[in-house]
Amino acid sequence: MKVKEIIQLTEATLVCGEGRLNDEVEKAFSSDLMSDVLTIDSEDILLITGLANTQSIRTAEMADIHFILLVRNKKATPEMIELAHEIGIVLMETPFSLFKTSGILYESGLKPVY
Amino acid sequence: MVVEHTYHVKGGDFTHAGSASSKVKKLLKQLDIDPKKIKNIVIALYEAEVNIVAHAWEGEIWIAISPEKITMVLTDKGPGIPDIEQAMVEGFSTASKEVREMGFGAGMGLSNIRRNTDELKITSEVGTGTKVEMVNYF
Repeated sequence: MKVKEIIQLTEATLVCGEGRLNDEVEKAFSSDLMSDVLTIDSEDILLITGLANTQSIRTAEMADIHFILLVRNKKATPEMIELAHEIGIVLMETPFSLFKTSGILYESGLKPVY
Repeated sequence: MVVEHTYHVKGGDFTHAGSASSKVKKLLKQLDIDPKKIKNIVIALYEAEVNIVAHAWEGEIWIAISPEKITMVLTDKGPGIPDIEQAMVEGFSTASKEVREMGFGAGMGLSNIRRNTDELKITSEVGTGTKVEMVNYF
């Protein structure tokens, strides 16, 4: 699934990663707990989370995750956007809940990590 | 040749938690280490760095990279761990509400560290601090 399709399906706003709309994402993982995210073996997944602070970006950096979708209408802080730019992470915001977002993207073909 | 670095970590400073681990990741990338190995190393280091921020007053991360391995020693001034064996049990946590709000504090840090390191040694003195020594081979 392309980044632009994720944005379209979840009515999301892109806050970092202009020029990456055609990047392909195959799998996703939904969690607010970063220690759980750090146990995932797959790289290059989409992280769907309600955690809107710098630790979600740092976690993605350590786990080689390049796509983050913030749910529940959480807004990325300026520090998060700056860090996402620096590391090269595509950062999006959706007004939908974690459950709704995950359901829509799963139904549309995004695969689970396990 | 051995590359050595020291990073200072401030307790409670969640905005900058992970910045030392980020620098180490960049360093390892420059040295052309296998990306899978880098991921193991930085996940362990990041969890350990977050532990200092979450539990201690201040700490220091010392790393040494040789052609065959990386040694990471994290020493903190803090409350220490009364029962290390209990702390290693997945799900056991003494983390504050603030730590949980940062996406951590579920009692998974030490087991994540153990899973991602080749050698791990934790020593602690209650009221003084904790020392975490980790080694990963390339």
